Amino acid sequence: MGTLASVLEQEGFVTIALSSIREQTVTTAPPRALHCEFPLGRPLGKPNDADFQREVLNAAFDLLHQPSGPVIIDYPIEIIDDADAPLSCTIPPADTGDRNPAAAEALGLLPAWRRTNEKYGRSTVGKVVTAEQVPDMLDLFTRVADGEAWEEVGIPGDPTKIAADIKNFYEEASISLSETPPSARSAESWFVEQTQAGSVIQKARINMKEAGANFYFWYYLLPMTQHHEPTNN
Amino acid sequence: MSDKQVRSMLSKLEGHKFDAVPWNEPEPLAESRVAIVTTAGLTVDGNADWNAGDQGFKIIPKNADDLTLAHYSPNFDRTGWVVDKNVVFPIDRLNEMAEEGIIGSVADTHVSFMGAQPDHTLETIRLDSGPAAAKALREDNVDVVLLTPI
Repeated sequence: MGTLASVLEQEGFVTIALSSIREQTVTTAPPRALHCEFPLGRPLGKPNDADFQREVLNAAFDLLHQPSGPVIIDYPIEIIDDADAPLSCTIPPADTGDRNPAAAEALGLLPAWRRTNEKYGRSTVGKVVTAEQVPDMLDLFTRVADGEAWEEVGIPGDPTKIAADIKNFYEEASISLSETPPSARSAESWFVEQTQAGSVIQKARINMKEAGANFYFWYYLLPMTQHHEPTNN
Repeated sequence: MSDKQVRSMLSKLEGHKFDAVPWNEPEPLAESRVAIVTTAGLTVDGNADWNAGDQGFKIIPKNADDLTLAHYSPNFDRTGWVVDKNVVFPIDRLNEMAEEGIIGSVADTHVSFMGAQPDHTLETIRLDSGPAAAKALREDNVDVVLLTPI
């Protein structure tokens, strides 16, 4: 971000960069930066809070009065995330048939996911698979969690992208199942700690790591906030 | 592990710094045309899959209403984006500020790159895609660029 700001300033624009990671902003030295201690993924701080977002923008545009740079101003309000506080929401029962529990759980969440998609019109599912394919993908990851080699179960693409589709599907479903929009990372925490699917992906991740899979494939299977390693005793 | 701990871990990542920090004097904000350049990996064609290492960019038209966040990294919250695009791409806020006369105008052309690039030298962005994005912004007479990170 800092480097990109300098590229654009050099091209003749006046740039103002919002900053999420202060030391990186110091390292890359953009001309003007407003550093905000907000959770990653929410550079304006609070969704659905126009007043808060406007205050951040006002502080950003105030940097135009700085006489020289590089300059970093710290925004005075910090927002704490909820990576360790799972969202509270109840998973609807599904018509499971003979599906494995994770796939059945995902089938039960499809209506909630569709409600979110209809209401907000934005989804981050679809890197490799659709929401409707998530239950089938959980069948495959369940086999990896149960000990089969990940290359041999027929995962139809980059496993990190399919795991992202699964996680994003769950998070988007949770938005319709909770009474208020999730605080930062609370839906992620709910997915990993309180759903069958999250448990399956965690076990698959650990098995892939222990089997010597390429770092990229096991490391990016879940957010680094949620890498819970098994204890040995 | 909290988001704050993640940010702390990522603070030691290498980055590219220019030998001399460039600096342009701004015109009055109320006369300036403002564009957003984000590193959220936004697309307008429904493609949700932006590969790690791809230092290209997408043009985001001002009135695009079908944005997809296609960033590869799992290490940030996406639910805020789903319920309110402005938490990443504050286009509605800029439109309000233009209507109120605080900023001169909102550009028709905005830009998305993708952050968390494995190549910290950002050579392609510095030498190729960055200048190409600048050309598109210049053609829209943009004065001020607001950068929002992911």
